[in-house]
Formats: sequence, C-alpha cells, structure tokens
Amino acid sequence: MAMTDKQHTYSHDDDSVVVIIGSGAGGGTLANELAQQGIDVVVLEAGKLHTRSDFLADEWASFAQLAWLDKRTTSGSFRLAQDFPNLPAWIVKSVGGTTVHWAGASLRFQPHEFQALTAYGAVADANLLDWPLSYADLAPYYDNAERRMGVTRTHDNKGLPGNNNFKVMHAGAEKLGYSCNTGHMAINSENRNGRAACQQRGFCFQGCKVGAKWSTLYTELPEAIATGHMELRAESHVARIEHDDTGRVTAVVYFDAEGNEQRQKARLVAVAGNSIETPRLLLNSASSRFPDGLANGSGQVGRNYMRHMTGSVYATFDEPVHMYRGTTMAGIISDESRHDPSRGFVGGYEMETLALGLPFMAAFLDPGAWGSRFTGALDQYDHMAGMWLVGEDMPRDTNRITLSDAAKDQYGLPVANVHYDDHPNDVAMREHGYRQGSELYRAVGARDIYEVPPYPSTHNLGTCRMSERAEDGVCNAYGQSHEIANLFISDGSQFTTSAAENPTLTIVSLAIRQAEHIGQLMREGAV
Amino acid sequence: MLTTSLTRRVFLKSSGGVLAGTLALASGPIALLAPSRSWAMSLDHLSSHEGEVLLAMTRQIFPHSELEDAVYALTVKDQDRRAADSETLDLLQQGVAELDAAAGGDWLSLAETERLVQLEAMAGSAFFEQVRGPAIVTLYDNPLAYAHFGYQGSEGNAGYLQRGFNDLTWLPDPPKPAGGYLPNESV
Repeated sequence: MAMTDKQHTYSHDDDSVVVIIGSGAGGGTLANELAQQGIDVVVLEAGKLHTRSDFLADEWASFAQLAWLDKRTTSGSFRLAQDFPNLPAWIVKSVGGTTVHWAGASLRFQPHEFQALTAYGAVADANLLDWPLSYADLAPYYDNAERRMGVTRTHDNKGLPGNNNFKVMHAGAEKLGYSCNTGHMAINSENRNGRAACQQRGFCFQGCKVGAKWSTLYTELPEAIATGHMELRAESHVARIEHDDTGRVTAVVYFDAEGNEQRQKARLVAVAGNSIETPRLLLNSASSRFPDGLANGSGQVGRNYMRHMTGSVYATFDEPVHMYRGTTMAGIISDESRHDPSRGFVGGYEMETLALGLPFMAAFLDPGAWGSRFTGALDQYDHMAGMWLVGEDMPRDTNRITLSDAAKDQYGLPVANVHYDDHPNDVAMREHGYRQGSELYRAVGARDIYEVPPYPSTHNLGTCRMSERAEDGVCNAYGQSHEIANLFISDGSQFTTSAAENPTLTIVSLAIRQAEHIGQLMREGAV
Repeated sequence: MLTTSLTRRVFLKSSGGVLAGTLALASGPIALLAPSRSWAMSLDHLSSHEGEVLLAMTRQIFPHSELEDAVYALTVKDQDRRAADSETLDLLQQGVAELDAAAGGDWLSLAETERLVQLEAMAGSAFFEQVRGPAIVTLYDNPLAYAHFGYQGSEGNAGYLQRGFNDLTWLPDPPKPAGGYLPNESV
C-alpha cells in the first residue's frame, strides 16, 4: 500500500489550504510542522513516489530513476558548463526531493557565517550581505532539527563507525595536525525511532534502502499524512502561481501525471523546489502586475546563485582501501572551515570523505579525459581513497538563474539557464583545498593524487535570498517574500550566503522556524 | 554477452559482422565469470572489420593493459546498437574508413604508437566523441569491469557492516570516540 492511499484529500477549490511546492528538506519539513499544528496542507511534488524498496544499488540505473533530468541550460566560465552543459545540478525529482540522495552531513553554520559581510568585509565583484537572522536566533531550531534527524555526535547519538576510507583520512589528518571524526551525520548509528542502524551499504546517494539516513520520504511526509492534515500529490509539476488584484497569491497551476492542467486554490503558497526551480517558477509566474516575476520587485530573484566551492581529491595507495564500502561521507575535518584571510581567501571549507562507485568514478574523475593517466587512476580503483571539499562560495549578481529564451520543457515552459563564473575567492579556496587534501594523503604514503573538478551541484543555494531590506533580496528572515505577504520561500534559495557547511540541516532548521511563524501569522489572521 | 562458441546463428547473419576472441588470462576475476575462454559477439549493423577497429580504438582511448578484449567488446556492441540510427552508422563507418585510409589500408596494421598519434590528432572530432562518450559509461558499468577493477557493485546491497567496511589493516585503527561505534557497541 502506498503511503498516500489513506491520506486526507482536499478539493481543488479549497482556498483554505497551504500549498507547498516540493517535498524535500524544506518543503517536506514545513509540511509536517504545519500539519502538526492542525493546518491543512497540500504538497505538490513534481517527481514520482519511489519507496525504499524501489531504490537501486546501481549508480547509473539509480540516476535514471531519481535524478532531475528535465532539460536545463548553462553558461558562464565554470567547468560544468563544458563538462555537463545540460546537467548543472545533481538533484532529485522524486518524493522526498534531494533528501533521498543527500549524504547526510549535518553541520551547523558557524556564528560568523551569518554575518558574512561584517566578518569578511566587502569583497570585490561579490554581493556579500549579512543574514537578517543570527546564529543565536537559529540555535534552538538547530537543536530541534538535530533531534528529529538523529544527527550523530549530538544529543547523545553516538558516532557512526568509520569505514576504510575514513581510516585513511583519519591517519592523514593526524599527520597534518587536523582533528577528524566520523562527523555529524543524520544517519542512524543504532536503531532509532523505528528506523534501522546504518548497514554500511555504500549507496547513500542512491537512496537509503534501510532508512538509516534521514529523508522526508519516510519521516516527515508520512508523519504529516498521519495527522490527517496533509495531502501529498506526486507527479504534480507546478507551472505558475496566480494572484488576485490585491497582489496576494491565490492558486497554483500544475500539470498532473497525465499532463492535464490543474489549479489548486491556496490561502498561502510556500515554494521549495530547490534553488534552480524556485526562481524559475517565480519568473515563469510573471503577470501584468508583476512583469518581472513574483516577489521580484528588487530584481534579485534568480541572482546570487551559489553552488559551494567544491572539488575532490582522490589518492591511490600500495595497499587496498575499497573506499566504496560503507557510509559515503562519514569522515569530516573542519579545521579549514574557519575564516582566516591569511590563507588568501575569505570564508572556509570542510573536508569530507567521499567515494564513488566505479561507473561514476569513470564519469566524474576528469570528464572528457582519455589516455593512460586517466585509466591509470581507474586501474587503482580498489586502492583509492577520496575526499570532497565543500566551502563557502561568493554570491554574485551575475551568477544567476534566468529563463531560457529558446529551450522549453515538456510542458512548453521556458527552462532555467544556470550561469556561474567562479569568483577568484572560490578559485583560491579550491586550490588551497586541493593542496591540503593532497598533503594529507601524501602523509600516509599516497602513490598518485588526482584533483577532481566539481560534480554537478547538489548544493544549490541563494537565488531568492533573505535580506533585512527589501531592495537587497527576495524574502525576510522567515522566508516570507518582501513583496507578497502570503508567498514564502522554504528551501535553500533563502540562503543569504552559502557558508562552508552542507546546507540540509540549516534548510530543515529554517523550515521549522518558518512553520512556527506561519502558524502564528495564520492564527492572527495576518495571512 | 559471452557465448560459449561461435554459433551457427552468428555466421548465418547477413548484414552485420562478428567480434570474437579468446580470453588472454586463463585465471583472474573475468575468467571466473566467463563460461568459456573463447567468446563471440554478433553485430547487426557494423561489419567485423569496423567492429575490430572500434574495439582497438576504444582500447587505445581507455588503455587498460590487463583488461580483456571481451570487456571492450561490450562498448562495440553498444555502438552497434546505436548504429541502428543511420546517421550514427554513417559517422562510425566514415570514421573507420578515414582511419583505414590514413593507415594506407588497414588501421589495425599500424603499431600502437602510430595509432595513438592519429587518435590525438582527431580528439574532439564528432567521430572520436561518438566512440569516447558512450564508452566511458559502457566500459565501466558492467559486471566484468567491476570484477576486473575490484568494485563490488550490488553486493553492497546487503551492507558491508559484516563484510569488510572497516577491514583495512595497513593503518592504525582510529581511536574512540573519533572512530565511532558499531551499532551494538556501547559508548
């Protein structure tokens, strides 16, 4: 039986419901938090409902099953525009969104990262801004999020056991004087809340078949359905949001599984489609009253697209490693996440274990490459260890999501173009990360080192950022759009800056805080 | 994928060719998976010669000295499937013909170093990319390649918790608490 079989359903004409677009970390969490308050919610999810039993231990087959493969275009000088021109992002089109695919790393932002402009000062050709909320404002919600997600090494959840890839990272970290442990992961280190402990399958990115990793698919969404206050509609691809003469949003128009256009009325709309689709939807909802798109009076919708400074370092050894066995990312070094401009850049980065299976290692090691250096790496595949570098990238006006002039999707809607130029700060940070990662592996006897370019982005951020002043961004500290009181942004699009850390924990914390605020506004009759 | 012998059906096929060979290594992971040392693969659209040139070319693009031709043959089989599209077939046939012409008749007669010089000159061309692009997927996404390169693929489905996720012994075991705890291990 599908989890939606016995859910409460709402009429398309019911204008008392909150409509949430997207069922991932932001949308799925918000849905549950609102439903727990007795607020009626309809969640529209573009993807299909795939359950844990559907997940595949096969990288390419799983990619075909879960990834968002609708067309996108790219421009700019970032290497992905050449390597994967129609795949700028590696995110999920399925119920649960990218919480199906994420690795589970759950790090809090550091206090200074909420005040990037103040802490770093103005950076040329960057659009830095302080968040309109502080670490202290978010701290209680971080607590709440860590408890519900079962984050290891917080709230008495013990650390995950380190795998072979971790052992290599840890030994290298000791040589370099870094501290390293198996990380804060939203992955059960023992049976917890009806979900099993991690079985070390090594297929975190392909969906966690045992449910050890937190995903809205089998936590927030079924909990929300169980309240009788939430209806989940899968395969519902939103085309536009409509508004009335007063400028309040009133309905969401979407295409259902059969491709038929449907219109769901709404009291309030929350957009959580990830940072490419969220601005695309607002831009595609342009009207005579809002000719530049909804909530775009500032012209900031789509701008400040961030994807994190990323890169990977893989190293080969005389002895076997078998890095693909076990939790993909349970090994973290945070020593370089500090702000220390003496390194030649502002902000910092995390170093996290990462492993790819043979098929994806071949695809992503050096896209487009051939010849013996390339194949020499794969010849040593089972003797290889790897890490991912993830750090703060600079928000820029010109790094942005726009609507394509020419390319249309299967519904005839303009697709998103993703434009990104690496900022000199991003480049300097990546070079530093490559150097440190290489040194770490050399310290434990690495034979060959491979500096691997960024993968299609799983961390897509900004594009509808929070700001104190309406002219600097799209929404306020609660994700409420500056321009339209009953339109909220509920995903990583809200991020004012990217910080160094993996974003999901912060997206979930913001969603919990937003839900509390929406509940209050609704009780007061303000929205 | 691997047939036990050159079957009558393979020889009776009129349009396409056949790729055949013998496993170079009598032992090792691929030999364990293969039902026989000799293998053959029928082609629907490409000729035997075209298949052999594409196989040699793929081996040159992604050289693994100890990887069996039987695995490279999977990429040729994939190209043969793609050649159901007439434009793709033209691209592949013309590309092979150009290689042969540049070699004065048969590209396969060239020494490996000479082949490499020619491939470097044509890198990035439509023909080269038609061979390289799909091969990066096909060559490394099959059970024979998994066995050869030491990737356990879907064996991971059951979990490595009891099957070697932390069996590395050439480095010291990280101390607790940094190294974490097994599910049944108390803190």
